[in-house]
Amino acid sequence: MDLSRFKRRSEHEWEIEPHGAMRVPGVIFATEALVRDMDDKVYEQVVNVAALPGIVKASYAMPDAHWGYGFPIGGVAAFDPDEGGVVSAGGVGFDISCGVRCLHAGVGAQDIAAVQKQLADRLYQRIPAGVGSTGAIRLGPQEMDEMLSGGARWAVARGWGTEADLERVEERGQMAHAKPGNVSEHAKKRQRDEMGTLGSGNHYLEVQKVVRVFDARIAAIFGLREGDAVLAIHCGSRGLGHQIGTEFLKRMAIAASQFGIRLPDRELACAPIRSPVGEEYLGAMRAGINCALANRQILTHLAREVFAEVLPAARLDLLYDVSHNTCKVEEHVVDGAKRKLYVHRKGATRAFGPGHPDVPQALREAGQPVLIGGSMGTASYILAGVEEGEARSFGSACHGAGRAMSRHQALRNWKGRQVVDELAARGILIRSPSQRGVAEEAPGAYKDVSAVVDAAEAADLAKKVVRLEPLVCIKG
Amino acid sequence: MASSRWEHFPHMADIGVRGLGATREQAFEQAALAMTAVITEPAGVEPRQAVDVECEAPDEELLLVDWLNALVYEMATRRMLFARYEVRISGNRLHGRAWGEPADVSRHQPAVEVKGATYTELSVSELKDGTWVAQCVVDV
Repeated sequence: MDLSRFKRRSEHEWEIEPHGAMRVPGVIFATEALVRDMDDKVYEQVVNVAALPGIVKASYAMPDAHWGYGFPIGGVAAFDPDEGGVVSAGGVGFDISCGVRCLHAGVGAQDIAAVQKQLADRLYQRIPAGVGSTGAIRLGPQEMDEMLSGGARWAVARGWGTEADLERVEERGQMAHAKPGNVSEHAKKRQRDEMGTLGSGNHYLEVQKVVRVFDARIAAIFGLREGDAVLAIHCGSRGLGHQIGTEFLKRMAIAASQFGIRLPDRELACAPIRSPVGEEYLGAMRAGINCALANRQILTHLAREVFAEVLPAARLDLLYDVSHNTCKVEEHVVDGAKRKLYVHRKGATRAFGPGHPDVPQALREAGQPVLIGGSMGTASYILAGVEEGEARSFGSACHGAGRAMSRHQALRNWKGRQVVDELAARGILIRSPSQRGVAEEAPGAYKDVSAVVDAAEAADLAKKVVRLEPLVCIKG
Repeated sequence: MASSRWEHFPHMADIGVRGLGATREQAFEQAALAMTAVITEPAGVEPRQAVDVECEAPDEELLLVDWLNALVYEMATRRMLFARYEVRISGNRLHGRAWGEPADVSRHQPAVEVKGATYTELSVSELKDGTWVAQCVVDV
């Protein structure tokens, strides 16, 4: 992007001054190098979001921002219902509540090494991954609704986890005010066989090791030491979330003109928070969040069963679970006054600072764990929310690396087999049903996640705690 | 006038599907084939079984997205892949038929599932030479 289009507020804060239909400025948090590399579409999308009714303070983009749908991926925007604020199906995205959870393995990387191949094979057998895979759990209509209301709490009540897990999930495992009745039969049918499945694309289940500690004090509070093994799960609300997104995108795109909302891009489809379609979407979207939380909880249970069998010394206690495609009602201080805002995070992670009441008691003095997923075979990071983030970005940070090239280009550059062999030579075992899928997700097809987390830290959005590298990757 | 064909166009995170044909219907059929090609090699899918879909939308662009999303839904719930498509459009209604077979992971090696068709880079248009083009980005 052309840097002359920005007013540089500080070293890592790039402002787009309000012009045209913009109601607030746009702000991109990134290093100069990252902004230079960003697609012009990010600029355009940040500007478009800034023009939506009821937007508060600014339209933000995180250091990993890239060309998304209506909103940039890596976009954060908050809306005030008292000022005609909107909720946007496009601003949440298709994969509602897609997110990452991270569990302490309770053993060291050297313990994994002894059983690495067996662990990879057993996890691959147990975790349904890839296109068309089905889970072992079939939900009837009543139980589907209970799941959509109960989230991870429902899964724990079914025996797939413990009460202690719920303390470590956003919303304590259950998104309030979910309305299963607002979720269409089509969406429920799409989910019928997909509970406890990983999905495909960039979703994964990984066994990782802590290779570097950046902040010893916070790492100790998080219970992480160099050499520890952890388990990370990246997936979302599966077919149900995708279907909710599809249906409400269309309804909001058609309804926008009735509300006098001009959409520069139909993908920005939105409706006033206080409108029938807006309220209906919020109820359905929250049910979608619960579906994602339940899904990650079931996958956790399956992984625990495998570990119990292959490596009985392992514990798999949950460190934390974050979602990165959501709209949530949060209290934020704006110009000295507390306001209740609808915060959209599209490909962005909540990153609440130390002392925030929504951070679990045991972690509160450190700040919320911010789990940043890498791509297959590359590093992941755990960051912690910082106090400054609250005022800077409504307590939000980046979510991952983002692609550096298209799937097509990746297919031209790599063969799946070759990627698997090269990673195996580096001690990383990949298991996937699709060689083509592996080639499209090759590590080289993604940007360097390290540059993104460095920028997030430099911009005071979050603080680096540890760096993780994979040992085993189950790829959808 | 070009014969019917499909192609992909780049989108950083995802992928664009584009169908071209002598008629709007052919362009819609080819766009669907381009979507199959995101998932697997279309030539490897046997057109053994037909599925009918009906869509309705206020304009032809939303109708294209509806058509592709109806196919995403059928692929997901029937666990099928499709290799051949037939589309009829009258007014704001579309009647479509898709021929395919149950997805076979080892034979089809499906690379990725399509979450949904989007409004990004969405357009349905007729070029000066009479070729119809129907395209959008699909989220994978």
